[in-house]
Amino acid sequence: MKTPEEVYNILKEKFGEDVILSYDDSQPVEPVISVDPLKIHEVGKFLRDDENLLFDSLMVLSGVDDFNGKKVKDEEGNMKEEGRTLSVYYNLHSMKLNHKVLVKVSTPIEDPKVESVEHVWRTADWHEREAYDMYGIIFLNHHDLRRILMPDDWGERYPLRKDYEDPEYYNGMKVPY
Amino acid sequence: MGLLDKEFTDSNIIITKSEDLLNWARLSSLWQLTFGLACCAIEMMATSASHYDFDRFGVIPRPSPRQADVIIVSGTVTLKMASRIKRLYEQMPDPKYVISMGSCSNSGGPYWQYGYHVLKGVDRIIPVDVYVPGCPPRPEALLEGLLKLQEKIRHEKLTKQTA
Repeated sequence: MKTPEEVYNILKEKFGEDVILSYDDSQPVEPVISVDPLKIHEVGKFLRDDENLLFDSLMVLSGVDDFNGKKVKDEEGNMKEEGRTLSVYYNLHSMKLNHKVLVKVSTPIEDPKVESVEHVWRTADWHEREAYDMYGIIFLNHHDLRRILMPDDWGERYPLRKDYEDPEYYNGMKVPY
Repeated sequence: MGLLDKEFTDSNIIITKSEDLLNWARLSSLWQLTFGLACCAIEMMATSASHYDFDRFGVIPRPSPRQADVIIVSGTVTLKMASRIKRLYEQMPDPKYVISMGSCSNSGGPYWQYGYHVLKGVDRIIPVDVYVPGCPPRPEALLEGLLKLQEKIRHEKLTKQTA
């Protein structure tokens, strides 16, 4: 059994600080290990297979809109948003060793790309499709990344983003109340 | 109105208006196209089951729109499901009726503001005859909704276009 901090140290030794970005235990519930979004599949495979870790179960994978953008003025004096990120949280559990850890990746909202962990934990398949459906996070190397809940012709709209607004009409049906 | 009270005592003859006869026949065997979408469907099933016994009013659940007279839309109508409901309604033979059961189906219910995926009332796609309020409505409420629909059918005119 390992504490999240021990897991973080093992990961940092294996992958270095370029991949394992930070360890944050200021959160009220669980400490968070931040990882590079383009290396998460390798980190995931190590977390699953290393004999001291054996995280064989991805309990849940969730997307989050951090809504942390800062308003700045560009050269022409127009307001624009900068630095806003989308995140993906991975709640992992080891059946054998009975320990848990929370891993997260963050990616800029303009180009939200995260490596898929679908090949590491099969559970991730539909969870990643849901995160794509609700937040528009692109999971690289996912074998079937399409919407899972919203209709296929919903368009480039992601309903759980904080700045989402209803379209006036969808297929001729008025959407707002 | 009843038909039997107009029966002659010593023969098999009943005198009535053809309008009354047709209306009586229609309202006495409303076969419902079950359209359970959420928790309202549980109440609808309870209404069909032995305790409330929908069948005593001639209501039998039909899984096919081709053999149904009334569609009971019971539950949250999502935008994705709305086009399917419209198609099923169009596949039902005339005369056809719609009962909208529960707040979601009536107006969007608790999803009226932030339900990005919910159609705010099934009456935006198909014409509704009776709205049954409740979240979900008790079986008694659905029964009353059906009685209201029967009352509506009872006073239909052959010459007047309805729905």
